[in-house]
Amino acid sequence: MSILVDDDTRVVVQGITGGEGNFHAEQMIEYGTNVVAGAVPGKGGQTAAGVPVYDTVEEAAIEEDADASVIFVPSAFAGDAIFEALDAPLDLAVAITEGVPTQDMAKVNKRLSEVDTRLIGPNCPGIITPGEAKLGILPGNIFSDGNVGLVSRSGTLTYQVVDNLTNRGIGQTTAVGIGGDPIIGTSFVDALELFEEDDETEAVVMCGEIGGEDEEEAAKFIGEHMDTPVAGFIAGRTAPPGKRMGHAGAIVSGSGTGTAESKIEALNDAGVPVGDTPEEVADHVESFL
Amino acid sequence: MKLHEYQAKEVFADAGIPVPESRLASSVDEVVEAVGEIGFPAAIKAQVHVGGRGKAGGIEIVGSEEEAREAAESILGMDLKGYTVERVLVEAGVDFVDELYVGVTMDRAAGEPVAMVSTEGGVDIETVAEETPEAIAREHIDPAFGMHPFQSRKVVYDAGVEQQFAGDVSSILRTLFTLYENSDASEIEVNPVMITADDDVIAADAVMNIDEDALFRQPELSEMAEASYENDFERKAGEYGFDYVRLSGNVGIIGNGAGLVMTTLDLVDYYGGAPANFLDIGGGAKAERVANALDMVFSDENVDSVVFNIFGGITRGDEVAKGINEALSQFDEIPKPVTVRLAGTNAEEGMEILNTDLVTVEKTLESAVQRAVADAEEVNE
Repeated sequence: MSILVDDDTRVVVQGITGGEGNFHAEQMIEYGTNVVAGAVPGKGGQTAAGVPVYDTVEEAAIEEDADASVIFVPSAFAGDAIFEALDAPLDLAVAITEGVPTQDMAKVNKRLSEVDTRLIGPNCPGIITPGEAKLGILPGNIFSDGNVGLVSRSGTLTYQVVDNLTNRGIGQTTAVGIGGDPIIGTSFVDALELFEEDDETEAVVMCGEIGGEDEEEAAKFIGEHMDTPVAGFIAGRTAPPGKRMGHAGAIVSGSGTGTAESKIEALNDAGVPVGDTPEEVADHVESFL
Repeated sequence: MKLHEYQAKEVFADAGIPVPESRLASSVDEVVEAVGEIGFPAAIKAQVHVGGRGKAGGIEIVGSEEEAREAAESILGMDLKGYTVERVLVEAGVDFVDELYVGVTMDRAAGEPVAMVSTEGGVDIETVAEETPEAIAREHIDPAFGMHPFQSRKVVYDAGVEQQFAGDVSSILRTLFTLYENSDASEIEVNPVMITADDDVIAADAVMNIDEDALFRQPELSEMAEASYENDFERKAGEYGFDYVRLSGNVGIIGNGAGLVMTTLDLVDYYGGAPANFLDIGGGAKAERVANALDMVFSDENVDSVVFNIFGGITRGDEVAKGINEALSQFDEIPKPVTVRLAGTNAEEGMEILNTDLVTVEKTLESAVQRAVADAEEVNE
């Protein structure tokens, strides 16, 4: 079992004729993902990465029976590309693009509350169900099939923690990179809820970072609604207040909220052990299984 | 991207928000000339990108030419929280009876903009927000519809603004929201909006932050952007286009992806070292970018050792290895010991390319960090 994607997922790649879109469409296909089409305005009728390209996402969805999309569209057009995926409509849209204007995402966020499509990202590495499908840019070879779910705000941190798990023989059901921007589609709570409902996921790893209060909300959800054990990691303990650390969301306001300490405390209070190192996170997960 | 007060006030004035008469000045003589035109009292305000200018001595109210000269001499050239003051705004003093706070920002938890009004203006609004949050009235705005006039009236009445001034304050708030949308602001605020002895309502300060990701569609605001750096390192990082933050320690850190780089900093601290910086080379970096990153960290004299932590996804290990080789081959002797950990996409190819005579290779994140901490300690023994 898995959440959101598996080998039945029929994927359209928005921006498949661009450099990144083309390269990663090929990588996804090589991994075994069922990529059925591309969508690029003005490129309908062409073939890219071995699949037919359509002018619109709607056309791709109808002609190829697609139900999910991965978006590799430049940031200026990414908001529009997400709206197009919601309008098609698809069940799932994964936006890899970084640097999407925040006010565009506020409008997307509003629309999301009115439709059934689930959005992952933007500014995220994507989602992978090992051995079945990957939608995004994650390096497939480090993942292995198993019973641990993973949700993270950071791409490379996801890879690091998965590596620590895989190296000691702990495989994953699904790993979701939800993205590091201030406004994103799928939150920690959304992903945790799906893992809680998934029979095969026996433990979950949640990787957070400084900034915002999403981890605190997740901690509340875990304490009140989850039976599946969760291990945590919070990046940015040593970050100074007021400085933006790369991710748009990774800034500590200096007023005490959004700090690593407040997030770790909230998670501990909810019964979630938080590792000091990625290796310690793997120790906690091992103790759950 | 922050606008200076004088720039934000130009934007406000163009949009019809009342602001005091003012002149920009960069020398003592220009200040004296400006007060001659504007009259007294006048405010001399440092134009630098820091908060709390008043408390730090960057704003003075003057009542005569002599005072204006003295204030100009003390403020121009002063160091304000790391920034040198090169220009001041000379502004007509306002005889006020009340001060309000009015602002619009993005509530990231709600995913919606929020309009805020408080009668506790003229002071540090962050402190008000923390200690007496009920003193700030808030109204969420649907990003699809924008602000309805009734919403701006509602938040103004909720804040307890006197009925006599509610119309004017509400009008300022509505204009601010339009500016917020049209200029892709991440934050726009006036603290204080002053109510004058003559019953006028006037924006005495102006803060505008623009979403850098949206500058592509804000050509006029992009032109206002002035590179503003706290020190030479930030300047260099800006030129190279890195996300970089200098810290007080001695272990230089280079990695890819904000989460992983922050984690590397945390592990340096965990293993008893002190991080010298945060440097994210970003996704998909080519060899030249990697070499620039090394140049950046080597140029910090506080750095005693360097750890490279790369977990390739979109970034390729062979490109990173090429960059490290190129950067280090320029030296007869490597200035500081470098430890490299490469994993993920094309890591094996990278390891084959990497010149291991120049660097130490470690297989795991933990061992790489421990090695760099030990190297830094050795330098200091």
